[in-house]
Amino acid sequence: MDTISILEPLLKILFIIFVALLPAVAYGVLAERKISAFIQNRLGPNRVGPWGLLQPLADIPKLFFKEDIVPAAANKFIHSLAPLISITIAFSTFAVIPFGDTITFSIGDSSYTTKLQIADVNIGFLYILALSSLAVYGITLSGWSSNNKYSLLGGLRSTAQMISYELSMGLSLIGVVMLSSSLQLDDIVAAQGGYWLGFIPKWNAIPQFLGFVIFVVAMFAETNRLPFDLPEAEPELVAGYHTEYTGMKFGIFMLSEYIAMITASALIATLYLGGWQAPYLEHLGLSPFLMSVAQMAAFVVKVFAIVIFFMVVRWTVPRFRYDQLMSIGWKVLLPLALVNILLTGLFVILYH
Amino acid sequence: MTFEQIVFYSLAVVTIFSSIMVVVQRNPVNSALYLILDFFCLGGLYLTLNAQFIAIVHILVYAGAIMVLFVFVIMLLNLGDTHKLADRLNMKKIIGIAFGLAFFVELLYLLGFGTTRSISQQSPAAPEIGTIEYIGKVLFTKFLFPFEVTSFLLLAAIIGAVILAKKKIIH
Amino acid sequence: MIPLSHYLLLSAVIFSVGVVGVMTRRNAIVVFMCIELMLNSVNLTLVAFSSYLGDATGQMLVFFVMVVAAAEAAVGLAIVISLFRNKQTVNIDDINILKW
Repeated sequence: MDTISILEPLLKILFIIFVALLPAVAYGVLAERKISAFIQNRLGPNRVGPWGLLQPLADIPKLFFKEDIVPAAANKFIHSLAPLISITIAFSTFAVIPFGDTITFSIGDSSYTTKLQIADVNIGFLYILALSSLAVYGITLSGWSSNNKYSLLGGLRSTAQMISYELSMGLSLIGVVMLSSSLQLDDIVAAQGGYWLGFIPKWNAIPQFLGFVIFVVAMFAETNRLPFDLPEAEPELVAGYHTEYTGMKFGIFMLSEYIAMITASALIATLYLGGWQAPYLEHLGLSPFLMSVAQMAAFVVKVFAIVIFFMVVRWTVPRFRYDQLMSIGWKVLLPLALVNILLTGLFVILYH
Repeated sequence: MTFEQIVFYSLAVVTIFSSIMVVVQRNPVNSALYLILDFFCLGGLYLTLNAQFIAIVHILVYAGAIMVLFVFVIMLLNLGDTHKLADRLNMKKIIGIAFGLAFFVELLYLLGFGTTRSISQQSPAAPEIGTIEYIGKVLFTKFLFPFEVTSFLLLAAIIGAVILAKKKIIH
Repeated sequence: MIPLSHYLLLSAVIFSVGVVGVMTRRNAIVVFMCIELMLNSVNLTLVAFSSYLGDATGQMLVFFVMVVAAAEAAVGLAIVISLFRNKQTVNIDDINILKW
């Protein structure tokens, strides 16, 4: 292996983590507070910097300097391991998400072309399913190792919730795979280019509307966001699985929760809303480099639109009861996902 | 040592270590965690064998579904520490360990006298066999009947699990 | 290159550890985990043979073993839960009557 083949993915990983994800999380927290303030007719954070824009810079050191308390009866090793599992899995999903087409840097006469994706594995789709099924461990183990009944209840609830909604999530994605006949996320995005009838963008959300709705609902459940935030339901379980966490360990849970939300949005954008494909962009006549940048920008805009949708839903919809959550997952979403596979199969047989 | 050898031997060492820890840990949650580590190493070993589809499905099914179920049940029953293996090293256990060792020696004997010693290269077709396209093609043609039978097996397991878990408590 | 016999030796070790676990441990859930360990060592053998002999049948068998393992785990754990409900124990030495 030559240096460039090692250096290139490393640079991409550093770019994704430090330029894209961490600032996005820092300002995502601020955006959430501002949106909640707007919805509840308050002002929100406005003391640090103009309009409170420097609030993340005040929040992060606070988390770092707080005392790290480990309960005396906790299983200390697992108690420390659980946040690390959460954060690793939250970051890892981004490895296969394409955030743009190829980009060509040209300095003078030499040019270098690279793919805007960390790893283009041909089982990317299964990789995502595998990681989302592993995400349960962080929450479950943190709930168990804290040796606190509220934490344990939160952990148990989240396990049951996540394994129930994973099924509907996986089944709703089958429709996308059937339409694009590839498990490579790159191909799935490429198949969403072009137009129907000359003007409707060929996004999967239109033929796969049922699957799209199921996937979005399942993603709300997988990321433990309201209306499915039963693992940490404040009025019932104090704070659920992270009741016994303080300082930076709590910070890591919060970070991984927000990264999971951004990843979920990126997945929704990639699989159903055309990924980096921006409609009508080819009519602008941009240079190849600017085109790549514009496609990246389109992807970022889509992701942030979905993140804001997540946040608005959180502050407008009440929490489900636990039995309601289970009956929605098993009795509504799962049969609908199966119907979606049948309909997509019929469509594929008739039109291809 | 080549890159493949380093990967294989380090994964093998971790696999054996975590397998032993699964057996000797007295807390079932620790056993389950070591088993998960074991499954990750096995997934890596499948990758060294060019079986990428099996590797990812292995992680998905074993680490992502079966072990979650185990951890969930251990937490639900709130099982604490059991007695240490060494504390209660009675006759039954000694016989068990001796039996396991005898079995291992038998396997070694078979390995030593089998024909597998001569095979030292992966087949050139191995990278192609591991892909999802090839596996899908074989699964839905040559192995279609067993595949359909597994669906019955899963249906029976679902019904069985629901009926068993639903049973009323009798005192 | 790594010879096939090294993979087989590794899987023999894992299988024997699983056997010892099933024989010595008395916690029903740990016994189940040791059975999973044994199934996995068999899977490793099958995949190794499949890619050293260039035949997909081994990987197909792994696929079916996974289905069986999933079914076994679901039913087995349901049995453990209903046993625990009735006897408040998962120690297989205490579960020594065939009815209650």
